[in-house]
Amino acid sequence: MTGDLYSALPIVLMSSASIIGLLVDVFTPGRTKGMFGWTIFSLLMMMGAAVLTFGAEGTAFSNMLTVGGYATYFDVLFGVGALMSIVAARPMLQRHGYEYKEYYSLTLFAVAGMMLMAHANHLLIAFIGIEIMSISFYVMSGFFRSNTFSVESSLKYFLLGAFATGFLVYGIALIYGSVGSMSYTDMYTVAMESEITLKNLYWVGIGMLLVGLSFKVAAFPFHVWVPDVYTGAPTVVTAFMSTAGKAAAFSVLIPVVAVVLPEIETMERIQMLIAVIAAMSMLYGNIGAISQTNVKRMLAYSSVAHAGYLLMGVAVGTDAGQQAVMYYLTAYMFMQVGAFVVAAIVESKPGEDCTLEDYKGLSKRNPGLAACMAVFMLSLTGIPFLVGFFGKYYIFKAAIEADMIWLTIVGVVASVISVYFYLGLIVKMYFQDREDEVPAALPGGIANLTLIVTVVGVLVLGFFLDYSVLPTITF
Amino acid sequence: METGITLDSYLIVSAVLFTLGVVGVITRRNAIVILMSIEMMLNAANLSLVALSAYMGDITGQIFVFFVMTVAAAEVAVGLAIVLALFRNKQTIYVDDVNILKW
Repeated sequence: MTGDLYSALPIVLMSSASIIGLLVDVFTPGRTKGMFGWTIFSLLMMMGAAVLTFGAEGTAFSNMLTVGGYATYFDVLFGVGALMSIVAARPMLQRHGYEYKEYYSLTLFAVAGMMLMAHANHLLIAFIGIEIMSISFYVMSGFFRSNTFSVESSLKYFLLGAFATGFLVYGIALIYGSVGSMSYTDMYTVAMESEITLKNLYWVGIGMLLVGLSFKVAAFPFHVWVPDVYTGAPTVVTAFMSTAGKAAAFSVLIPVVAVVLPEIETMERIQMLIAVIAAMSMLYGNIGAISQTNVKRMLAYSSVAHAGYLLMGVAVGTDAGQQAVMYYLTAYMFMQVGAFVVAAIVESKPGEDCTLEDYKGLSKRNPGLAACMAVFMLSLTGIPFLVGFFGKYYIFKAAIEADMIWLTIVGVVASVISVYFYLGLIVKMYFQDREDEVPAALPGGIANLTLIVTVVGVLVLGFFLDYSVLPTITF
Repeated sequence: METGITLDSYLIVSAVLFTLGVVGVITRRNAIVILMSIEMMLNAANLSLVALSAYMGDITGQIFVFFVMTVAAAEVAVGLAIVLALFRNKQTIYVDDVNILKW
């Protein structure tokens, strides 16, 4: 028991910290500084605990949780994402007059949910984690509660998210019926020994589970909510949920796919299904982004495309594929948070100054901001030797090694298409001027700190993070 | 005692309920009714879980149902709050009127 508590320390700390956070709120009435400090402190503590328990690989609490290795890597990733978005969120929420302490509480709860997802070794834990995270996100995306855009995006996210939850739960029920257990370990053993009697029930169950998870990772054809929600939600919230939220969804998807693949008939079906979803997401996301005039919406479509690249690594199903996905998620965290934080700083009122026209001549108004955005765009395109390039390279390499040549070709074609709109934004910023009155550049405050961290991350991470040492999950 | 109700009966009722829920979400336009349809989907899954759990003599399914009910309650609380915020802003709860975000 004590051993379990120690090895699950990151989760224990984070869950306690998010509940204690509600009390910090009571003891610091009227001021947000205390809650902000508590959030930063507890995230740092959690990351410390994650690093500490990295070596303690195994399971805890009667096989309910995976601890150490794979799960702790994701803990640190969520922690970094939450820290970067919180630091950027404070000045941006203040600017729009919506800085309530609940924002920090919700962030902590969302991170606790994500960690449960990464630590899950049982479909019950995965389900609870997904719901804790999603419910926090529903509230956060409607955080500008008297802004119609924000409330609308929140409603759409909620209705479609709850709909997807229905599929998820029904899928879990069917898997439970055909396997007789919800534990990943048992599912793996059953799949390994090909002892599944009700094959059709099993496949329908896995299919429904994949529908639910594809919704959370924003993959085609379950992406319809993405452009609306990412555009309407407060930009700093989008920065958090499009990166850490996506990483959390993949942290569930990777083990779920890994436990069902050993069974040969299932493998043929599931691998093909995921590969097709990946190909469609890449093409749809990048083609859809071309015609967008709103930068947040363009980034939302590109987020669908990136879900496609990531699913490619999942479809491969090898250790190299898993590592490539984790590497790409890390890279994506830095580029996407950075891009959305730039969009947040440019935005003068909620939902305004987001069009491509507003970015014209940004290099003259605010050269630093424009330079940062250019770096993020180049990295999202996959220009060597930024971190986005290494991410794509490892994913494509894993796919080629697993003989998925057609998927790799689709991926490369999709990347080429994406050059058009990513570089289009750079052209707007550097080579075109606004004809109407030019608004003054807005101060970023401590959000600039996030920008510095993300830019440095994008520039140097590719050289320092070796993807082959990343931990993988095995059963 | 032979009642004639087998596992299949439960699973079929559950599948029908689930389908009705999906159809409800897709066809109805009132946000509250959509919310009720989603609840029906979750309860369909609960029925399956309980039936399978009793059939296999394994307790996991029943425990899972408790968690699903708790989550559904939390979800409804947040969902109604969002619908309320929408009504304050737009004086409507029909999802067809919620369309300012479009390309």
